[in-house]
Amino acid sequence: MQLFTIMLLGMLIICAISVSLSKNLLNSILIYMSYSLIMSVIWILLESPDLAITEAAVGAGITSLLFFVTLKKIHAMMKDEESGEEEKHE
Amino acid sequence: MSKKLPETEYQKTFSGKFSRWLSGENDPYLDHIEMKPQKKAMSAEAIRKKREKSKEKGVKKSFDLEKNTELKLFRGGYKIFSVLFCLALIFVLLTGVSGMPPFGQMDNPANNEVSQRYIESGLQETGAVNIVTGMILDYRAFDTLGESHVLFIATCAVLILLRLDKESQQKKFEANDRGFEPENDVILQTVTKILMPAIVIFGIYVVLCGHLGPGGGFSGGAVIGAGLILYLNAFGFEDTERFFKQSTYKKMSFGALACYALAKSYSFYTGANHIESMIPLGTPGAILSSGLILILNICVGIVVAGTMYTFFVMFRKGGY
Repeated sequence: MQLFTIMLLGMLIICAISVSLSKNLLNSILIYMSYSLIMSVIWILLESPDLAITEAAVGAGITSLLFFVTLKKIHAMMKDEESGEEEKHE
Repeated sequence: MSKKLPETEYQKTFSGKFSRWLSGENDPYLDHIEMKPQKKAMSAEAIRKKREKSKEKGVKKSFDLEKNTELKLFRGGYKIFSVLFCLALIFVLLTGVSGMPPFGQMDNPANNEVSQRYIESGLQETGAVNIVTGMILDYRAFDTLGESHVLFIATCAVLILLRLDKESQQKKFEANDRGFEPENDVILQTVTKILMPAIVIFGIYVVLCGHLGPGGGFSGGAVIGAGLILYLNAFGFEDTERFFKQSTYKKMSFGALACYALAKSYSFYTGANHIESMIPLGTPGAILSSGLILILNICVGIVVAGTMYTFFVMFRKGGY
């Protein structure tokens, strides 16, 4: 069990670093989602299932959904061809 | 007392000139300013060229590092100060962490008589099997009321910022937002038909059993809100607006917050005046137990679910 916890904590740190290093905003949101999911498993291991449910629903679900919608609104999320053309125009 | 001036003297004063200018007898500019014919308008092409030229000039002037010492200093200093600031922040945070008591020790300041009281007599005093719910909705219910209001105020701020009044504007906004999405995705709709009841029932279960097991109003409300968002994404606004409109949200959250405040003010009143509360605590473990906690959980769940859904709709459509 301890090994599992250590693995989860290591993945948490990797996720946290790669969120900030990722160039693509969509990728960093997906990594952030997985960060929240790992965090909710860690909450269960720390014996606080209340927080685990909240973290899974709010952190992995609704926050990332709002991030996705915001990305769409600022036109940062596009198909590859489209974004290529955008760069050419600029 | 005002003096009556003769007509010739009155015409020299400011008010005399002003009244004559008002009535149109006298144009003060007529003999004092040289009249010139207007310059010929430049063509659009010429204006564009002129602008580009001046822009280039400006860019050269301000970004010429050899002459612009101010920018050079700023660029150099910015790097140094950012590194220094980061180091200082790391130092402050690490000193803060090093001053904290070690994890999981018996004599930590967190293990004081307050938490002991919660653990020992929480079940007797609140009637909730889940101590956490007993804490946040009974001992510290005032904090939770504040949290619910924070959510409500956040929705109000989002409404102020993102709301669009006209229906045509909303349609345009939504069409612009749907972009590359398919209108009626069969896979998404089928999966939603299967998942949606399970999600909502699980959310309701988490809200209702907040005092018996893990869960509570906030997490259950978030689950229900996520289910509503999934349904919205699969079937579009027309389907959800049959049962959930802005007026519905207003009534729901107002009713829930008012109910919470009334229920809690009753228990504050009885507690402060040492009156025995009329609400029975019931047998611990039964669904209808632990006094007001069940009602408060439902109120919080309604507010949270509505808030999550409203956030999403405001971002997507700007009103509903």
